[in-house]
Amino acid sequence: MKKFASLIKTLDSTNKTNVKVQALADYFTDADDSDKVWTIAILSHRRPPRPVNTTLLREWASDLANIPLWLFEESYHIVGDLAETIALIIPSAKTSTEKNLTQFLKEMIALKKKTDEAKKSYLYENWKTLDYYERFVFTKLITGGFRIGVSQKLMTRALSRAVEIDEDILAYKLMGNWDPNKISFQELVLEENASDYLSKPYPFYLAYAIEGEVADLGDVNAWSAEHKWDGIRSQVILRNNELFVWSRGEELVTDKYPEFSALIGAIPNGTVIDGEILPYLDGAIGTFNDLQTRIGRKKVSKALLEKVPVILKAYDLLEWEGKDIRTLPFTERRKLLERLVETITSGTPADSEARTDKKPLYLSPTIHFSSWNEVAEERDRAREMRSEGLMLKRKDSPYLVGRKKGDWWKWKVDPLTIDAVLTYAMRGHGRRSNLFTDYTFGLWNKNEAGEKELVTFAKAYSGLTDAEFRKVDAWIKKNTLERFGPVRSVTPYHVFEIAFEGIALSKRHKSGVATRFPRILRWRQDKKIEEADSLSTLKKLIP
Amino acid sequence: MKKPLLEFTNKGIYCSAAKVYLDPWQPVDKAIISHGHADHSRYGHKHYITHHRNVPIISHRLGEINVIGKEWGETFVINNVKFSLHPAGHIIGSSQIRVESKGEVWVFTGDYKTENDGISTPYEVVKCNTFITECTFGLPAFKWIPQKEVLDDINQWWAENQTEGKTSVLFGYSLGKAQRLLKYLNPDIGKIYTHGAIENMTRVLRPLVDFPETTLITRETKKEALLGNIVLAPPSAHGSTWIRKMVPYVTASASGWMTFRGARRRRAIDKGFVLSDHCDWQGLLDSIKATGAEKVICTHGYTEIFSRYLSEQGYDARTEETQYEGELGELNAAKEEPVEMN
Repeated sequence: MKKFASLIKTLDSTNKTNVKVQALADYFTDADDSDKVWTIAILSHRRPPRPVNTTLLREWASDLANIPLWLFEESYHIVGDLAETIALIIPSAKTSTEKNLTQFLKEMIALKKKTDEAKKSYLYENWKTLDYYERFVFTKLITGGFRIGVSQKLMTRALSRAVEIDEDILAYKLMGNWDPNKISFQELVLEENASDYLSKPYPFYLAYAIEGEVADLGDVNAWSAEHKWDGIRSQVILRNNELFVWSRGEELVTDKYPEFSALIGAIPNGTVIDGEILPYLDGAIGTFNDLQTRIGRKKVSKALLEKVPVILKAYDLLEWEGKDIRTLPFTERRKLLERLVETITSGTPADSEARTDKKPLYLSPTIHFSSWNEVAEERDRAREMRSEGLMLKRKDSPYLVGRKKGDWWKWKVDPLTIDAVLTYAMRGHGRRSNLFTDYTFGLWNKNEAGEKELVTFAKAYSGLTDAEFRKVDAWIKKNTLERFGPVRSVTPYHVFEIAFEGIALSKRHKSGVATRFPRILRWRQDKKIEEADSLSTLKKLIP
Repeated sequence: MKKPLLEFTNKGIYCSAAKVYLDPWQPVDKAIISHGHADHSRYGHKHYITHHRNVPIISHRLGEINVIGKEWGETFVINNVKFSLHPAGHIIGSSQIRVESKGEVWVFTGDYKTENDGISTPYEVVKCNTFITECTFGLPAFKWIPQKEVLDDINQWWAENQTEGKTSVLFGYSLGKAQRLLKYLNPDIGKIYTHGAIENMTRVLRPLVDFPETTLITRETKKEALLGNIVLAPPSAHGSTWIRKMVPYVTASASGWMTFRGARRRRAIDKGFVLSDHCDWQGLLDSIKATGAEKVICTHGYTEIFSRYLSEQGYDARTEETQYEGELGELNAAKEEPVEMN
């Protein structure tokens, strides 16, 4: 644990990528093998389930610190991190531990089944004896959510440096289902083991947003274009008559989307398709809002399945006849994919709405064009197509690992924007703890009495610079009207231009409208609140 | 109803019986000043009364002013109200202001800390009925480590950076924190360079405290000369081109806010040392108890939370709006323009 805590401390106390990679690489060289496996698991979001719920954690921590619970809660809102709050308020110990990370995690896994009394005494014992940083890391392992600025990609790079195995190969090995409690470092990282690969997805190839002019990409004929669908990026795998659906977040979501089991028997074994899960209502693509009703559900009711069925818009084929074909040029992979979908539709065009086969597999059509201008015109149709814009793929491009520049680009439509008034604020988390950075925005509306009032329409917490956030934070602290726990209402004064990707009617929102990915575009210090937009202006943007 | 001895007005804390303000934020006729930080000692008053160790500080900051310096514990009477200044331990020359009339005693702390930092006169407990306290760090999350441990860590950090051939840049507010750091930096490790704002203030304070030698960074200073040495700079210099010219360098900040991981990461500082010139949670509670006060008024910091806790502990506690900023002022201090370095 000492080594792990000191690794986390190093990672946490630098902003320099190189220092992080080196610290991780050193750790992957020195640590116990089982600790290495657990560290990989933790940094790739494979933590054991939380053994103690946070309500009890709060109660017990404030108990041990001898402070009332409300004071603990207030402190937590300001510190912005539960484990950090607990580590800070508990009286400090100078002792340290000899137990390694694996032992701690095994204890935590066992802890889940124990009585509350046993849990409490386990926590007390460790909280009282670990020093500040170990106590923080220990509590962090209990609460989960290790966000310390280390992406999986960065971790993989460090591991690659330590074990001298190619980064892309490691990325593949670390994907899918493995249990840190059962697998050894040898098996997970060092060994070649074909039988483990049954359920494994390939690392997703991710595109960057295009920079500068699209024409700078050169000869238009070297490129393929298609719409960029707004759903869940996924891989559908059929191997050995078993179907697996993986989301881009490396979550196995097979059970959430039972529709796809219809593909067993319909597509051959040894097939991996890359595509987008989309809601498909009455022969047309729905909104992301529709899909939202499916995302959170582990078990889907029959009624919901009928109300919001999903399909896969397929755009790439990664494995065919059991062979990894990622190095083939895009056009060739695409040809194989088209043929595959055609065998299912028995002749009807694969992206047609008139299909009779009812299989949830559709082709993401490529666009015909002969100039960049024509590509741009198609991009302008994105909103009516319910897409986010276009994807541009070089025709001869292989399917790469992770986010890479050059062969694939996303070319999104410009966001919709509206001027709204800051109405509520909450403190942020992590590096924004103790700063009011999470904002709620309102638009003008006439109430039943005919008076103008501000109606909440969106929350946003990104888009300002650190300096701007500091200014707004200072202003909020001086202009608070009321406090509702962590939330403060503020004097309506500041106008911000809010950008968002899409908009749809919604019964769940007070304004009656849901916006997709709202964020702050700029602080309109030149505008008075009277000049902010109204809810009716927003509603006119609904397609 | 009779008027309270001290009132909170839109100009500052006011003693109507004596027609005197304590640390006012609007220009007034007569002001008693607790200490030299900008949010407590402002421009434009006709008469200033403060501790004599604070006289050179505010004269340096405010220029030509009409100021009288007092001794610790020296009683001065204005319209039958007795005033005296008592050490607050916050920075050099910082006082608590004691006000007594008709057997009733009020104490205004300004800013204070209970740990003896070795350069400010140590905090003194002053018995009173009403205690007007700051609570910049009035949360149980704040717990200071003894100064010696922190300062040893700082010297060790400097020495480590030196072995890597890097310049150490240490941020601290130019009045108070910078001198506290300077006092304990180990000149055997290397040279101590200063930003202009810090150098000027330190020069003012040298007659009062024995400090190690410092070298002001000027146009003529070569960045190679800084390597392995330490630069003391105000927080506002962080991210400036002045600092960026010093590559390779490592930054650190010494402040109570460094308790939070988020605060350090947000400011993109390499290292955070938890060192404050204010009381921590326990320090506040202990000193309030020691005063014997029944009434407590919280002026700046986590006032709502802190006064609620005090009320639960049986005090008659409330908050008052003021324009004091405590260490927040330190974080958001206005830019102090440095001299360009070649």
